[in-house]
Amino acid sequence: MSKLFVKGNEAIARGALDAGCSCYFGYPITPQNEIPEFMSKALPETGGQFVQAESEIAAANMLLGAGACGIRAMTSSSSPGISLKQEAISYMAGSDLPGVIVNISRGGPGLGDIGPSQGDYFQAVKGGGHGDYRQLVLAPGTVQEAYDLTMLAFDLAFAYRNPVMILGDAIIGQMMEPIRLIRREAQDREESESWRLEGYAGRKPRVIKSLRLAEGTLGKHNEHLQQKYLTARRECRHEEFMTDDAELIVVAFGSIGRIAKSTIRRLRQKGYRVGLLRPITLFPFPSQALQDLAEKGKRFLTIEHNMGQMVEDVRLALCGLAPCGFYGHLPGNLPTPDDFEGSILKEFASEA
Amino acid sequence: MSIYQDAIIAGFGGQGVMLMGTLLAVSAMESDLEVTYIPVYGPEMRGGTANCTVVISDEEIGSPIIRRPLTLIAMNRPSLEKFQPLVRDNGVVLINSSLVEPDLTDNGRIRAYHVPVNDIAVELGNLRLANMVALGAYVRITGIIALEVVIKSLSEVIPERYHHLLAHNTRALEAGAAEIEHKYPSGG
Repeated sequence: MSKLFVKGNEAIARGALDAGCSCYFGYPITPQNEIPEFMSKALPETGGQFVQAESEIAAANMLLGAGACGIRAMTSSSSPGISLKQEAISYMAGSDLPGVIVNISRGGPGLGDIGPSQGDYFQAVKGGGHGDYRQLVLAPGTVQEAYDLTMLAFDLAFAYRNPVMILGDAIIGQMMEPIRLIRREAQDREESESWRLEGYAGRKPRVIKSLRLAEGTLGKHNEHLQQKYLTARRECRHEEFMTDDAELIVVAFGSIGRIAKSTIRRLRQKGYRVGLLRPITLFPFPSQALQDLAEKGKRFLTIEHNMGQMVEDVRLALCGLAPCGFYGHLPGNLPTPDDFEGSILKEFASEA
Repeated sequence: MSIYQDAIIAGFGGQGVMLMGTLLAVSAMESDLEVTYIPVYGPEMRGGTANCTVVISDEEIGSPIIRRPLTLIAMNRPSLEKFQPLVRDNGVVLINSSLVEPDLTDNGRIRAYHVPVNDIAVELGNLRLANMVALGAYVRITGIIALEVVIKSLSEVIPERYHHLLAHNTRALEAGAAEIEHKYPSGG
């Protein structure tokens, strides 16, 4: 299969199509508009449905509805729009419903700007809506990964009957790189056969809901959800780069992970033993990989395009085994490899 | 020796800067190299300068965003003023001398190439070909991609409804390359 040169946003849309997504619901917002743009043409051509909803809230509830029918469906937005979708995501989590939500995040809080930022990490991984729930979160660092992880997101959403989020930023969404497509067999409907709503003729009716009033049922349901999140730990993915002999490990995700990689290559040429751990799944978080490196005596520096969010999960994972410094790049400023050099060198110098 | 090149391509909105970037990037892909392209958008897109960054390598590319580029294509004066100070020492700066005074060039520090891309485009019959003249000159200066591959890649980046203009674009790319051979025969 030959290569295509596409934006990250288009790669996500193509990944969804190739994973059997047949419904898209959305409302326009920069910097993710290439996703609905692509879907508005591609879905009708392949017999699917594209709906430009009246609002983000409506789009997210349409995703819930499609999920309840066992349909592979997706919605996408950017930070402020993702905030509006949180109620429906909580309902989906509470109803054991699959669905893929894409957040090509931008600077915040509030309307912020339309440039890149990682300020939505907490919202994505800690459960942005109400109640004690989690969604699986995948953070692509390349355009190929944007395609591959979107395909994976659909499989995970149905395997766990849970919302899955792709968390990118304006860099991942807007940059172009070559990708290779994976052609898949048409998705069979077997994956949702035992639970989806499709009319109950000939069998017992099914109910999909998040309201659980009968005594003991809500507690039991929460236990079931926690068990699901525990099982999902086996989906942990991360990339390590030059960690073997490294004294200092930079921990960074998404676009910042790859930009930090350039800084690390440069510092390696100057003789600094630096490596990179790039979490690919943000929930579940690759805690074990961090602990393994800490036990080998390595120190850590978390770099994020926000004021310090993932660093809390890194420190939780390290649990005092090793120190972890932090450098936060301000939203509103495009990050370059030069911006990280100083903080990495400072971390080196601070060696006890 | 590994291959690595990065470029900031900058000009007015409407000069075809983004098309230059995507054509260069697709040509790199067709040459089996790794490549990233990122447009800079935001307030700058509205009326001011437009720019994009292309990184080409035979190894996995880390950052798609470069603060201090090895090469610069400046299609107008504001672009030269903004980005020339950031170009690395001894880096290549291709200047649209139809619109930029030669005395603005930082001659001692960088390697400057003055090409009147607007005038050449007008001679070819269409001012809008200036971007292709510049790209032809750029690939000849840097040697990062073969001109033939750039010409072959045109049909991938130019929308089908404009394919009747492929021959014009090809001539513009060739004219840019020829200008470099003529004006800088020793490679500058």
